[in-house]
Amino acid sequence: MKKRREPFTDTQLLMTITICIFVVMYVLAMIFLGGGFLRAQQIFDLLNDNAALIIVSCGLTVVMIGGGIDISVGGVTSLVVMSCVLYLNGNGNPFLSFLLALGIGLAFGILHGLLVSYLEIQPFIVTLAGMFFARGMTTILSVNPQKLAHEGLNAFRGIKIEIPWLGYIAKNGNLIPGRIELGVVMALLCVIVVFLILKFTRLGRNFYALGGNQQSALMLGINVKKTRFMTYLISGLLSGIAGFVFMMHTGAGNATNAAGAEMNAIASSIIGGTLLTGGVGNIIGTFFGTLTLTTIKKIVVTSGLKDPWWQSISTGAMLLFFIVLQSIVLSRRGKSKAKE
Amino acid sequence: MTREAGKRKGGVGQLLIPLIAIALLVIFNLIRDPSFFSIETKTNNTGNTVLAGNLISIINGASELAILAMGMTLVTAACGGQDISVGAAAAIAGSVFVRIIRGAAPVTGGTVIGAFLACCAVAMLFGSFNGMLVAVFRIQPMIATLILYTCGRSIAYWINGGATPTIDSPITGAIGSFIPGIPVPTPVIIVAVMALLFSLTFRFTTLGLYTQAVGINESSARLNGINVTLIKLVSFIILGICVSVAGSIGVCRLGLINHETLLIDIEMDTILAVAIGGNSLGGGKFKISGSILGAYVIQMLTITLYAMKVSSTDVKAYKAIVIILLVVIGSPVVKRWFTKVIGNMRNARKIRGAAKEGV
Repeated sequence: MKKRREPFTDTQLLMTITICIFVVMYVLAMIFLGGGFLRAQQIFDLLNDNAALIIVSCGLTVVMIGGGIDISVGGVTSLVVMSCVLYLNGNGNPFLSFLLALGIGLAFGILHGLLVSYLEIQPFIVTLAGMFFARGMTTILSVNPQKLAHEGLNAFRGIKIEIPWLGYIAKNGNLIPGRIELGVVMALLCVIVVFLILKFTRLGRNFYALGGNQQSALMLGINVKKTRFMTYLISGLLSGIAGFVFMMHTGAGNATNAAGAEMNAIASSIIGGTLLTGGVGNIIGTFFGTLTLTTIKKIVVTSGLKDPWWQSISTGAMLLFFIVLQSIVLSRRGKSKAKE
Repeated sequence: MTREAGKRKGGVGQLLIPLIAIALLVIFNLIRDPSFFSIETKTNNTGNTVLAGNLISIINGASELAILAMGMTLVTAACGGQDISVGAAAAIAGSVFVRIIRGAAPVTGGTVIGAFLACCAVAMLFGSFNGMLVAVFRIQPMIATLILYTCGRSIAYWINGGATPTIDSPITGAIGSFIPGIPVPTPVIIVAVMALLFSLTFRFTTLGLYTQAVGINESSARLNGINVTLIKLVSFIILGICVSVAGSIGVCRLGLINHETLLIDIEMDTILAVAIGGNSLGGGKFKISGSILGAYVIQMLTITLYAMKVSSTDVKAYKAIVIILLVVIGSPVVKRWFTKVIGNMRNARKIRGAAKEGV
């Protein structure tokens, strides 16, 4: 018997499209714009600036795979940043501040999970209230921007991983090595852990089952409520970590921290091939989705469209392209499957 | 989400939560300050006799929200999802409105109407763009409208030419505040007119019924000969009209268009109003009146918090707590528990009554 190759699942197909488009986009930028895009540092900068967004997007992807939505992530991130900065400025312990970040994230995750899965309230409303609460608490803590004044952590913040062979030679002849911040390591770690959870654990497979079809998941004997609870828990926890990473990157707490992060994270997940209907999605796709989203902004700036509106208009255009493309691809597959 | 839609009860029961919320807020305010709801007549700086007071500012301030909530209810009912681009679209509509009014040298009633029609057309265009993505390409409403949410305010900035132009004319001023001789704020009158238009539309057309049918079960609606695509598209276009009205009011109120701050975060409040009004966010049965009440609940809450000297940036945190309390009371689990408890009490009374008769 001829062994049939297993066909692509929707998840893999959408992810592959994203990665291909990202690579094509980047290569085109290298050819036509040159300059910064030819240096490895460009990618490192993208990662350095968006480590927190990557972590947040991972959490959101998990929730979306489970068929829910969490729009509180940006708010929680900003609350974590503000409270950690204030705690550290009052001579706090850096290690405890990390625990504080995790604690705040977990608290939000648990509360959202309880309300959504055990009280059956619509997730949009619950997490919207969560966002309002987190944003409001941030301004209650401090309306004015707070600079991180903890010496130990500031020194720790300055540590960068230097890779000499990926560096470039500056105009004055000095070799500038490629620099990666520690936050990026944290982000990559989160991506890998969430990837492993989704791919190899029972919990991860349950997320897909829950998002794909709740009724069947229930009949398979999956504890639907607990599984849904776990998605929000993971998202909350990752928002907490993202807040800490964000603080490491900016070194200041501000009421407008991570403004619009929830929508950027949703956009990243969608570009990466996660469907809001649930059951379809992949962390690697989300990772590339975030990179695509941020690269397009960089390309617009570099290519000389200096007017402030072009960045978001081109982001919108790219979202439109991806969303319509996904819709067409999936409906075509649906038709060809029906023919078989 | 969609599965629950069919189970929801319609009727007055649906309005229970917003009515309870309003009652609680009224009682709370009356205890806190007995004169909170007193209405007085004042003479404003243009020399009109107008009504003033907290109640007026609640009803007046919620106008844009109420108008958007009407349209949003329809979209929610038909598509089982929400439009998160209303704020951005309102900014675009407002920009078009301002641009045309600034273009006309003497601002007459005709120019204002013309400007409104133009911004209405633009908003309907963007509405049909969203509607097409949802109805034809079958994209989730929230995702489809994320596009306009991302770039809408920038488009408005572009229309404004990178500035925040102002309009200064007695006519637009009257739309934003008071028409000479009428003591009621104009936005309130516009809300009433919009509500009347909606109720007339539902009374004399099949739109309401069809929308409900599409929301409850799309395939069966199609099999019954309803054009599902058209109904979804129409709901988005109607929301577009609401957006243009809200945007114009917002611009007239302030006398300027600021693309960043015009009706900021209103999309979240609008969806909240729809949910507080007892409508399922998963589509299906709906009640516009519930959403309007929901809008007033939100505004009343905000004004109450302002009156308690909470700063405008901190309001969100307290608002969140009240929202959570409201939705917990309205949640299916708590409702079931209540019905069970009430049922048990009735049974117990029956048994006791039967026992007494027996004796």
